[in-house]
Amino acid sequence: MPFTPPTENYSGKVFPISIGEGDKAVSFGGENVLPFHGFEGEVPNKPLIALEIQDVPPADWPASVQEQYKDVSGDPVTWAKHCQDTLNARAIALRLVGTHPDGANRSVDDAVKTVKDVLDAISVPLIILGSNHVEKDSTVLVAVAQAAAGKPSIIGKAQEANYKTIAAAAMANNHKLIAMSELDINLSKQLNILIGQMGFAKENLITDPMASALGYGLEYTYSVMERIRLAALTQNDDTMQPPMMGDVGMYVWKTKETQAAEADLPEWGTLAERGVAWEAVTATALMVSGAELLIMRHPKAVEAVDKLIGEMEG
Amino acid sequence: MALTGVEIFKLLPKTNCKKCGFPTCLAFAMKLAQRQASLDQCPDVSEEAKAKLGEASAPPIRPITLGAGDKAVKMGEETVLFRHEKKFVNPCAIALEIKDTEDASAQEAKIKAVVESEINRVGQDLRVDAIVISNDSGDAGKLEALAKLVAEKAPNTASIVNTSDSAAGAAALKAFAGKKPMLYGANASNLEAMANAAKEAGASLGVKGNGLEEVSDLTEKVKALGVEDIVIDSGATKAGEMIRDNTFVRRAALKKSFKPLGYPVINFATREDSMLETLVASVSIAKYASVVVVSSVEKWKTLALFTLRQNIYTDPQVPMQVEQKVYDIGEPAKNAPLMITTNFSLTYFIVSGEVENSKVSAKLAVMDCEGLSVLTAWAAGKFTASKIAQFIKESGVENDLDHKELIIPGYVAILSGAIEDKLEGWTVTVGPREANALPAFLKQKAAA
Repeated sequence: MPFTPPTENYSGKVFPISIGEGDKAVSFGGENVLPFHGFEGEVPNKPLIALEIQDVPPADWPASVQEQYKDVSGDPVTWAKHCQDTLNARAIALRLVGTHPDGANRSVDDAVKTVKDVLDAISVPLIILGSNHVEKDSTVLVAVAQAAAGKPSIIGKAQEANYKTIAAAAMANNHKLIAMSELDINLSKQLNILIGQMGFAKENLITDPMASALGYGLEYTYSVMERIRLAALTQNDDTMQPPMMGDVGMYVWKTKETQAAEADLPEWGTLAERGVAWEAVTATALMVSGAELLIMRHPKAVEAVDKLIGEMEG
Repeated sequence: MALTGVEIFKLLPKTNCKKCGFPTCLAFAMKLAQRQASLDQCPDVSEEAKAKLGEASAPPIRPITLGAGDKAVKMGEETVLFRHEKKFVNPCAIALEIKDTEDASAQEAKIKAVVESEINRVGQDLRVDAIVISNDSGDAGKLEALAKLVAEKAPNTASIVNTSDSAAGAAALKAFAGKKPMLYGANASNLEAMANAAKEAGASLGVKGNGLEEVSDLTEKVKALGVEDIVIDSGATKAGEMIRDNTFVRRAALKKSFKPLGYPVINFATREDSMLETLVASVSIAKYASVVVVSSVEKWKTLALFTLRQNIYTDPQVPMQVEQKVYDIGEPAKNAPLMITTNFSLTYFIVSGEVENSKVSAKLAVMDCEGLSVLTAWAAGKFTASKIAQFIKESGVENDLDHKELIIPGYVAILSGAIEDKLEGWTVTVGPREANALPAFLKQKAAA
């Protein structure tokens, strides 16, 4: 019985996203097959990894990641330049976590200044993330979208409770928009439809179906991503065709596995490698299930994932 | 090729005798087509029909056991391409490669690492499942010595003998007599001798080809030689090739009923760079390998791989549950707040994550509600005042606290009065509806 490769042809394709200028421009998405299935279709872009920085020092990150940025994380501009120039990040994700009312509660003006300063200092594309406080984000993200006018960026996250103002500001200032819903393919579809009804072009959307860390619900994100991608490809459903994002570092670096000392849990092995592996394996699983944009924290985890992506091509 | 119910029906006795347990031969045929019945349930089926049907009714990916005893590894039997469709059946085995060129102390250290690899995570015992002994030296004596060492030091671990020299393989396999080892390394030039060696030793046979076309040809030949327990390696080395070939194998077996590839797959993820090896192995685990071979098993690495495997092989239709008990988050003192929620794993992960974010140490009582979330469990009558009261009483948590205040999820605020009635001396406080409001709630409470 002769073997014929059982390839699949799909009717749909993922929208490509391009952002940034000149030789710093980056693209992701655009494929018409499942992740890393270049053997049966078009995969024009590799997944994009953005290094995460914050508007305030990362006091709540575990020591092993804080350590990586100890000389630069006191100031977001220095931190951003370090990621761009020393770590060769292709994109940077600035999380305005300091604006959260339960945290430093930084003002909208402070956030605007940070965003402008960082944008002036770097030439790679910027992803601007709020603090995930729905009310505060709806003012902060609107103001920073305006402040970043002229430098098209990726803004997020718009959620069901605050998408209207954020999507309008992103649209008016020519930014891409991240739409986040909580681990449910239908909620994700619905939010994309609602944002589309405002006149926001679906080609400028990025879907965040909510990441989970390895061992902490990863299988839910994994399957929601696979189902979204299958809907995009097999049903040619354009509300499911934006590329997907995995906000990896944020979920990974609060798990016990990235923090427990080896002395307390010798059966878990060395902490330094364990943390890096936790972030890199989570990122790998999300890429295999469909994420094209990953937001990560530890340079060594990024390096490992980059090497893996290098192996995926042939 | 798989037969339809009607095609199967034509081969049955058509007596509607009901001995198979189904009302008619046609009903039985339909069940056979869906692989929900087995042909041996029909006592009157002809030999000719058996031969035809046996082939067609065999599972699309052959079940094979590696190793013996309670640590034996099952492979194959998969039925879907995506885990949301149906549970992936037999979790990918993780195997450590030991070469016969390594010095004795390194070999012993690796064997010890495998033997001591077992950990328990969310109620499951997880371990490095197998040892691959590789004949890199080309010396039959060295391979045999290593086989004996492994058999002595890791008697319960499944073994894979990796050599292209059938005589060396046969000698090494003797160390694992009766333990269903695998002989890996059959190829176009040694096929017959390797098949005979495997058959004699009761071993499964690992067939390595240069691409799937060659593998398909080799498995047909091996089968004709009388060996059916086959594990296949397409020769893929890069992660991208593994995704491609493993996907083709799974699709060919399930969607095309292509028998020559209806076998479990083995991938070699071995790399100099241990972190990269971890990621390549992760790709194998997610994408259809039944055995993934690694070159080292540091504890951080196996913890990550075991956890990924557990995540991927979880049943998507059964909500994942955490154990019912009172969990400590941080280091709760006697005055720490006590909260209650249900044991749906996602509920638990989100609630405990937000409590951690609050930096307020607390006790979280997680009640068995069959893996339902708070609102669903309440609606289903599993998260009720009397059950909550009983759980809190029986948990004995009051001995660890200097107060009797229970915080309940905002969605079940309606239960607060009833719980106070049933839990004498306790005060019930209604917490936030959504977990993301917990940090503010707990901080405010701690400050009060």
